[in-house]
Amino acid sequence: MSGPVEKAGTSSAEMAVAAQGRVLAPKRSKLDRLVGHLRREWQLYVMLLPTIIWLLVFLYKPMYGLQIAFKDYSVFRGIANSPWIGFEHFETLFGNEQFLRALKNTIYISMLSLVFGFPMPILLALMFNEILNQWFKKTAQTIVYLPHFISSVIIAGIVITAFSPSAGIVNTVLGWFGYDSVYFLTKPEWFRPIFVGTSIWQEAGFQSIVYLAAIAGVSPTLYESAVVDGASRWQMMWKITIPSIMPTIIIMLIIRIGNMLEVSFEMIILLYQPATYQTADVVNTFIYRQGIQGGQYDLAGAAGLFNAVVAFVLVMTANTISKRYSRTSLW
Amino acid sequence: MTNMNLYSRGDKMFVILNMVLIALFTLSTLYPFIYIASLSMSTGFEARAGNVILTPVGFTLEAYKQVLSEPQFWNSYKNTFIYTIGGTLMSLAFIIPGAYALSRPQLYGRRFWNLMVAFTMWFHAGMIPFFLNMRDLGLLDSYFGIIIGFAVNGFNIILLRNFFEGIPQSFEEAARMDGANEFQVLWKVYLPLSKPAIATVALFCVVSRWNGFFWAMVLLQDDSKIPLQVYLRKVIADLSDDEEFATSLLNAAYSFETVSAAIIVCSIIPILLIYPFLQKYFSKGILLGGVKE
Repeated sequence: MSGPVEKAGTSSAEMAVAAQGRVLAPKRSKLDRLVGHLRREWQLYVMLLPTIIWLLVFLYKPMYGLQIAFKDYSVFRGIANSPWIGFEHFETLFGNEQFLRALKNTIYISMLSLVFGFPMPILLALMFNEILNQWFKKTAQTIVYLPHFISSVIIAGIVITAFSPSAGIVNTVLGWFGYDSVYFLTKPEWFRPIFVGTSIWQEAGFQSIVYLAAIAGVSPTLYESAVVDGASRWQMMWKITIPSIMPTIIIMLIIRIGNMLEVSFEMIILLYQPATYQTADVVNTFIYRQGIQGGQYDLAGAAGLFNAVVAFVLVMTANTISKRYSRTSLW
Repeated sequence: MTNMNLYSRGDKMFVILNMVLIALFTLSTLYPFIYIASLSMSTGFEARAGNVILTPVGFTLEAYKQVLSEPQFWNSYKNTFIYTIGGTLMSLAFIIPGAYALSRPQLYGRRFWNLMVAFTMWFHAGMIPFFLNMRDLGLLDSYFGIIIGFAVNGFNIILLRNFFEGIPQSFEEAARMDGANEFQVLWKVYLPLSKPAIATVALFCVVSRWNGFFWAMVLLQDDSKIPLQVYLRKVIADLSDDEEFATSLLNAAYSFETVSAAIIVCSIIPILLIYPFLQKYFSKGILLGGVKE
């Protein structure tokens, strides 16, 4: 980590001075070198300091606060002075039906999103690639990227309105075919399809950008020789495009699995109701209700710690695998 | 590749089918927005009766009059602007110098500092400790809390740092010869060369601020400080729960559906206005960001 500090980035004049200094005083101590370095480069540290302080205050200090997961937290005593109680909260959690249900729902909902949500952007990118009319392609892309930029509150508002029992368009259309009006958002069996469908509708278009970029990187000569060989577009898609973007697909899949626990709970908070908790409640919404709304900070903090540790292990594993696979790190 | 005549009949079928499917997907993306816009301009009666399908029925701007005459709407609109502009400027003030310092090879402990940034992307203490920390810092219910509490984001720092690292050292040599210090090099050499990357980061901040809802809901109790998204959520939750209000409006020119549709339209408009920039820079951003450590 130390190494020669007076290397790149400094002017040649400074480098000459530094080199000279080294010749004249070969036994400069590490401390001396550090002081000299700071004297020359203090401005860099002034630039870095605000970010480091911010990270310490807003992200690293809460990590210290995670100890409430092992404490009987009381607001009056504060985090540091509350008594330690070991793994009691974790024992409570794993005996708590609501938590276990939330855990199960989290896994179930991420699986559904993975199975139905993952192939969609790939399919879209392949289809966009086959469009020859540039105007049509641009217009379609402009429209399908749009929902990504719309807030979850608005998307939820649209969903609530569209699925409303009295006025919603969904029930109106069902009415045409003679079906009775259904209050979808109070039906546990409808929550997951609506939630997963909404996230696909919102994100699939935007996520296709990554694959479009990968397709753009495929060498045109491959297609040219395929055309000479009389290949159809369908064959070229299967034999050239898809194999060429396979590394991207695999990396995206690994990332996706790494982020499994990151179910977008904001949207769930906006869409669920007590009537649908049994299928809709995930770990993060459980933490929100128990902790922020219910004031059981220590128990909710324990659930959060469990979530964070599992997520960390998943992400690190995903990163290691993809590093090995692609020889490039994700970050 | 571009010559249509080269294609067989099978290819033509394939191309046409593909266009139809894309067109359907595009329309299904567009339709909910058209539906909401039409709803917002229909009478409450028609909206309640489920008669709005594609275009406004019984055209009226009554819902907009209701929304725009509500002081709390304007107040939360103003708050959203404060959080968006203040928050974005705050983020840039941290991120630009921070990313620049992290991109310099001569920085002592560079690996350590970079790891410190990257680690926050992999591990997060979570909702409860973050909330308790904000409370202990006295940042509940404050404009400043919202603006400072979400200023730095590891992904944005790394994105900008990667961009700075890609700028060849030769660009700064002339400035160095003139005796420029680090601040001057950043300001006069790096910033002008990094406009697209900075625009990308700024737009990431703008969108996440404009759309930010969860933490604003959790951290702000005082209605005078809530942003538009929290207000919208309150309106939808309050109105749909309030049966009395709903029935009292049965014959009115507006209903809770048309009112919430009108608020939705009002809060989408600013995003639509900057959408051309968003589209241009965001796709660059995601491709720049998640590439290397």
